[in-house]
Amino acid sequence: MKKHNGLINGPYLVWTAAFIVIPLLLIFYYGLTDKSGHFTLSNIAEMGTPERMKALWLSLILSLLATFICLLMAYPLAMILAKMKTAMGFIVTIFIIPMWMNSLLRILAWQTLLERNGVINQFLRMAHLPEQHLINTPYAIGLGMIYDFLPFMLLPIYNSLLKIDSNVINAAYDLGANRWQTFWKVTFPLTLPGVISGITMVFVPALTTFVISDFLGGSKVLLIGNVIEQQFTQVGNWNVGSGLSLVLMVFILISMALMNHFDKSDEGAAGIL
Amino acid sequence: MSNKLIDLQHITKSFDGTMVLDDLCLYIRENEFLTLLGPSGCGKTTTLRILGGFEHPDSGRVIFDGADITDLSPNKRQLNTVFQKYALFSHMNIADNIAFGLKIRKKSKEYIDDKIKYALKLVNLEGFETRMPDSLSGGQQQRIAIARAIVNEPKVLLLDEPLGALDLKLRQDMQYELIRLKNELGITFIYVTHDQEEALTMSDTIVVMNQGYIQQIGTPEDIYNEPQNAFVADFIGDSNILPGIMIKDQLVEFMGARFACVDTGFGTNKPVDVVIRPEDLKLFALPEGAEKGSEAYQSCVSKAEALNPGYLTGVVSHLIFKGVHYEMEVQSGGFEWLVHSTRLFAVGTKVLMSVDPFNIQIMNKPESEDEQAVALEDM
Repeated sequence: MKKHNGLINGPYLVWTAAFIVIPLLLIFYYGLTDKSGHFTLSNIAEMGTPERMKALWLSLILSLLATFICLLMAYPLAMILAKMKTAMGFIVTIFIIPMWMNSLLRILAWQTLLERNGVINQFLRMAHLPEQHLINTPYAIGLGMIYDFLPFMLLPIYNSLLKIDSNVINAAYDLGANRWQTFWKVTFPLTLPGVISGITMVFVPALTTFVISDFLGGSKVLLIGNVIEQQFTQVGNWNVGSGLSLVLMVFILISMALMNHFDKSDEGAAGIL
Repeated sequence: MSNKLIDLQHITKSFDGTMVLDDLCLYIRENEFLTLLGPSGCGKTTTLRILGGFEHPDSGRVIFDGADITDLSPNKRQLNTVFQKYALFSHMNIADNIAFGLKIRKKSKEYIDDKIKYALKLVNLEGFETRMPDSLSGGQQQRIAIARAIVNEPKVLLLDEPLGALDLKLRQDMQYELIRLKNELGITFIYVTHDQEEALTMSDTIVVMNQGYIQQIGTPEDIYNEPQNAFVADFIGDSNILPGIMIKDQLVEFMGARFACVDTGFGTNKPVDVVIRPEDLKLFALPEGAEKGSEAYQSCVSKAEALNPGYLTGVVSHLIFKGVHYEMEVQSGGFEWLVHSTRLFAVGTKVLMSVDPFNIQIMNKPESEDEQAVALEDM
C-alpha cells in the first residue's frame, strides 16, 4: 500500500474515531463494568433470563426467515430487472420507488393496514368475513422485516447480475448446458458475492431492529432489539444494555465470519459445482 | 473439402427495424477455414450468432450436416463458440472451465482428465489446471477459451474476433497457433474479424461483407488481387480507386492518359472503376530541371513507357518510412496517389508514374444508385 497523506485522511480518521471507535469502546466499558465502575461479567450473564433468551431466539428465527424470504423474492426480481429493456425498466422503476422511501414511514403504513381497525380488517368487515388478529404478532414483524429490507437484498444481487458478461452465459449454453444447469453452475455462483452482501445487509439490521417490532409488535412481542432499547431508554441501566449489546454483537460477528467463509471458499474452487 | 457442411439459406435478420442481414446465402464446406470479414455493423457477428443459435433469423433456414437446425437451441448444436473477450467462467479454475461441457455430458472422470491434459497440451498451457482465469494473460485466456470449446469435439468451431483484445505481436503468434490447431484438429473453423490481415493470413475462404450483403467470396489471393467492387478493393489493403473509361478491350483511359491493361469484355467507351494497389505503382524520378523534350526527360519517359504505354506525371507530396517500404503520396492531376516503394523519392521530386498492365484492376461501376451509395459511404 502507498503511504497516505495524513492531511487528506484527517477528517475520515476524526469521523471514525468520534462515531465508531469511541462509541464501541464505551459499549465495551459499560458492558464489562458495574455501576461503580468495577469489572464484572454479570451484565453479559443478564442475557440468561428466560424472557431475554426468548426475545433473542425470536429475533434469530425471524431475521433468518426474513433473510431467506427476501433472498427468494429478490433474486428472481433482480433477474427480471437485469434483463429489462429501458422502456420496460421505467415502468418497473415506478413500482420500485416506494421501496426507497423512509423505512419508518413504510412501517407506519403497514401498521395502518394491519391494525385492529385498520384497512385490512375494515375491508374484511365490509365483505362480512371474520376479522383477523394481525398486528402485534411475530408474523406482522416478519412481514415488516421482509418489506423493509427487500431493497437491501435486491440491489447487490442486481448489481452482480449486471456485471456478468452475457457471453459468459452464452458460453454455458454453447457448451451444452440447459437453462437450469446454466443458472446453478454459472449465473448463481457468479452472483454469490452479491447474494452474500445481500444476506448480510438484511440479516444484521433485521436481527437488531427495534423499530419494526415497536410498531408492528406493540409491547406484546419483544425482540432482542427492544430489550436492549428498554435498558437504555426506560430502565436507564447502560451497563446491562451494553452487556446485552455485546452478546448480540457476537452473533453478528459469527454471521459475518460465516459469510466471509462462503465468499472465500468460492474463489478457491467451483464450490457449487 | 467438397462436402457442404453448413448451408445458410436466404437468412434475413433485422434489429429494431434496421436490416442487419438481407437474404444472405452462404455454404461452408467441411474442414474449411472460412472468414467472415467486414467493418463493424456489416452483419458478420450476427451471422455467427445465428450459426451458434444465439439469434434466430427472421426468415431463412440454417442447414447443418443435412439437418435443419434453425430452431435448435445453442446447447443442442454440434458447434462450439470461442467468444470475444474469452468469456471464461471466472469462478472456476482452468481445469473446471475446460471440463464444463464434458461434465454436462456426464463423461467419466478419467475421460475428462485425459481430455483436459490433451487440450492444455494442444494450446501449450500444460500445468495450468489449478490456475484461476484472472491470473492468466489475455493470450493465455484466449487459448483456454479455445481449449474449452474443442474438448467437446465439435464439428465446427465458431470464433468471434478472438484476437481482438490482444496486442499486435501476440495476435500474430496466435494466428500461426490457430492455423496449426485447425490442421491438427481437422475441423471447420468459421472466423469473424474486421482485420483484413488476419483474414488474409489464415483463411481458405474469405467472405467479405458490408451492410448485410456478401460483397465477395473467394480465396485470399482472389480477394486481394481481383476485388469485385470498389468496397472490397478499398477494404482489403490500401488501394487507389478512381473513375476511368474502358476504351476497348485491354485499353483503359484515366487521368487523361491511356493505359494498357489485361481486362476484356467490358465493351467500348464504358465508364469503369480502376483499382491500382500502391505497391504496383512504379515511380521514375525526373532529373532536376529537365525540360519537357530534353534528352534526360525523354530517357525517363522511355523507361516508363517500357512498362506501360500510358504514364502520368506528378509530384511527391508526402513521405513516411514504414520499415519495409516507404509510403508516399503523389499529386497528379488533382488526385492523391498512394504509392509504396522500397526506393526513396524525396518530397518535391517530380516523377513519372506507371504501372504494369497486369496490375491494373478494372471493375464495373455499381449499377444502381443504391449500390453506389453503399460503396461510396464506406470508402
